Amino acid sequence: MSRAREYDLMVAMNGQTYARDIAEVTSGGFTMYDSSWPLDRDLIREDVTYLGVPLAEMCNDEFRGPRERILMKNIACAGALVAMLGIDMEVIAQLLTEQFAGKERLRESNQRALRLGHDFATSHFDHPLPCRIERMDATRGSMLIDGNTAAALGCVYAGATVAAWYPITPSTSLMDAFAKYCAKFRRDPETGRNNYLVLQAEDELAAIGMVLGASWAGARAFTSTSGPGISLMQELLGMGYYAEIPAVIFDVQRVGPSTGMPTRVQQADILACAYASHGDTKHVLLFPAHPAECFEMAPQAFDLAERFQTPVFVLSDLDIGMNDWVSPALEWDDSYVPDRGRVLDAGELRELEVFHRYEPADAESVAARTLPGVSELGAYFTRGSGHTIEGAYTEYPEEYQAVLDRLTRKHTAVAEHIPAPMVDDRAHAPLGIVTLGSCELAVLEAIELLGKREVTADYMRVRGFPFGAAVRAFLDAHDTIVVVEQNRDGQLRTLLTLETPVSKERLRSVLAYGGYPLSAEDVVEGVMKIVEA
Amino acid sequence: MPSIVKPIVTHPGLDRNALGLTIRDYEGGMSTLCAGCGHDSVTAAITHALWESDTPPHMIAKLSGIGCSAKTAAYFARGAHGFNGCHGRMPPIATGASAANRDLLCIGISGDGDSLSIGLGHLAHLVRRNVRMVYVIENNGVYGLTKGQFSASADVGSTTKRGEANHLQPIDPIFLGLSVGATFLARGFSGDKRQLVPIFRAAMAHRGLAVIDVISPCVTFNDHEGSTKSYLFTRQHDVQMTVADFVPPAEEISATIPSEGLVSIPMHDGATLRFRSVPDGYDPTDRIAVMEHLMSARSRGEIVTGILYIDEQSSDLHELGNTTDAPLTQVPYQKLCPGSAALTGVGFR
Repeated sequence: MSRAREYDLMVAMNGQTYARDIAEVTSGGFTMYDSSWPLDRDLIREDVTYLGVPLAEMCNDEFRGPRERILMKNIACAGALVAMLGIDMEVIAQLLTEQFAGKERLRESNQRALRLGHDFATSHFDHPLPCRIERMDATRGSMLIDGNTAAALGCVYAGATVAAWYPITPSTSLMDAFAKYCAKFRRDPETGRNNYLVLQAEDELAAIGMVLGASWAGARAFTSTSGPGISLMQELLGMGYYAEIPAVIFDVQRVGPSTGMPTRVQQADILACAYASHGDTKHVLLFPAHPAECFEMAPQAFDLAERFQTPVFVLSDLDIGMNDWVSPALEWDDSYVPDRGRVLDAGELRELEVFHRYEPADAESVAARTLPGVSELGAYFTRGSGHTIEGAYTEYPEEYQAVLDRLTRKHTAVAEHIPAPMVDDRAHAPLGIVTLGSCELAVLEAIELLGKREVTADYMRVRGFPFGAAVRAFLDAHDTIVVVEQNRDGQLRTLLTLETPVSKERLRSVLAYGGYPLSAEDVVEGVMKIVEA
Repeated sequence: MPSIVKPIVTHPGLDRNALGLTIRDYEGGMSTLCAGCGHDSVTAAITHALWESDTPPHMIAKLSGIGCSAKTAAYFARGAHGFNGCHGRMPPIATGASAANRDLLCIGISGDGDSLSIGLGHLAHLVRRNVRMVYVIENNGVYGLTKGQFSASADVGSTTKRGEANHLQPIDPIFLGLSVGATFLARGFSGDKRQLVPIFRAAMAHRGLAVIDVISPCVTFNDHEGSTKSYLFTRQHDVQMTVADFVPPAEEISATIPSEGLVSIPMHDGATLRFRSVPDGYDPTDRIAVMEHLMSARSRGEIVTGILYIDEQSSDLHELGNTTDAPLTQVPYQKLCPGSAALTGVGFR
């Protein structure tokens, strides 16, 4: 299930936002509020049931210090919710015991506050509410985890050793988690020394510079950032592309442009990443939809970056990254072997008559590279200035173009290594819905709802760029294609029209870009408008 | 930057270092800088110091940004990898390379535009991290490739070739370094190779970041009357604050190196830095005293050269990060991946 636009039960704790909060309650729903103060008459809705709990009053009577009186209102509120939603009080008491292990006084006061709210609710309201919590066994094979934690674990498992970053919401928790898991899994048990290094850079320019330097020297290196960081990294991203240096960049997208809304979600960095930097550039993108994919796509990103010697972006977003998801459980295949790409060792270099950095290229237009510290025979001068296929400086058009054209061919060759799109075309409908990333749940739910309105649609979630044959086949097979994404300008739609032969007229957009996660209603309404037009 | 292959001509009588290599083995491509450019002399001194240090060429990593200085990374150590990055961004790139492979001898070649304008922030943070590398600023006070604009190191009152005066305060990398915790600071003059070579030797042996500001005149745009970075002006105002000898580990003390220095600094790998001459009361390990001496020298209009400050005690990037002795690039994947079993403790199920 995706986010719903209206809420069955609103807990309104903040006087300043009462009006907005209460307006978002569904007809027939409930609002719980602090009844220590009367509710403004304007806020009363006929179709909403109000559950007034005198939280401040109760806590002022029960507790002493001003800090405790304020903090305990939240717990008392939680107690009332436990009662109204029919949650097992024992489970909550157990959680409190775990949370405040060793802090007996705190545990006791929290327990008291919880009971306070619970008892008030049970003695004043019909309980539980029609919307309630029920014990079920529907989460087998799932886990509760956020995307940033999962992505960080993916980097640990992929064998990343150098991480460089500049703190930015909403990607900070990714690097925090990486450092945490490295401290756990990467400290040599014998020496106590670290098999990793996390560098908190002075800015994002430095962060991507460190990643390029480390990758150039042979480490698996990555950075995590958000939109403003991507903007700052542009110049060096172009260098990574042109000088052919691997790099992995996690972009946990937030609302732009500019500072935008750092705590709200969007998918608006697609084009900025696809064509990052000045000059002709084209990058490799991966689009995870949930935490389990953040985990899986981390090693895939490193494999692609090293195999194709180029920066690879993993475009997660705030909703995936920072919120806890009921995600498919993370799974790791112990037979995984990192694809380090074509790297010549000292022995292989001795076999060669001469080493040139950018030739000969293989069938995928990738030439072997060498690492510093290995052999004089592999020495070369990495440069962002115009170069020949040998790696030497040039200003001659044909020599420059030979390299640039090979980069185009290389990018094209990546397409068949991108994770295949998730497709459900069992309906064989003339209408196809194309989406990406965290839109998935809302779109799948919407397709079900559309079915009830006798609108059938096939489904494709693209999982990366460049687009492969499967993406083109889906586009070819549908008369009308609706692209659902979370940005104003239809960036995925633009990318599809630019990078596949599909005609622009066949692609329609359904867009949500206010910063809240997409809801199924958004999609249904958008698709219906197109279908009924 | 054109890379013209230089013919390798080795005279049979050339001295060989401990690896059996001659100085020719540490040379690079042919310079395309202007004839008489100070940078070429710096290149020669670096080449000499590398040869003396017995470093295998493939263990050297040469890094640079953009500008005339950046080109020089191609002109020495042809057997080493080079990375000519973006303008001002060499410090983070070098940090990454050093993080990945701590065994590399990273040599960063930068200029005053690269280090003191567009990359000033990166330089300051490189100093703070104490990344183990040699960081050379080929300092000529002007932008050469873009035809002679003032850089951030131009002195107040110095003029361009056309006579316009600079009114902005200069940024002195030595004072910058002292204020943000640098552990090795030196200044040289490209016209004095005898002083530069031991400075580079000591810098290569230093445990941490060694910043060497080299006054390196631009013969095309900043060698006129009115310039304070010209050959003539620098010669007239150069005051060797310290004279130091680099004594490699376990080397017999030769007759040319006096047995007694005023100050002797043991370096971490057994080498010694012996100061032959320092002014009264000058202690190159005392940050505050050094700052005072340099301040008063500046007020006298002196261009102070020599190894000015050294701290062999502070931890470098890898010590601060508690990283393993083996370069991270050499840790086998089996040691990096916790394996599927470790996932059982992850997330709520």
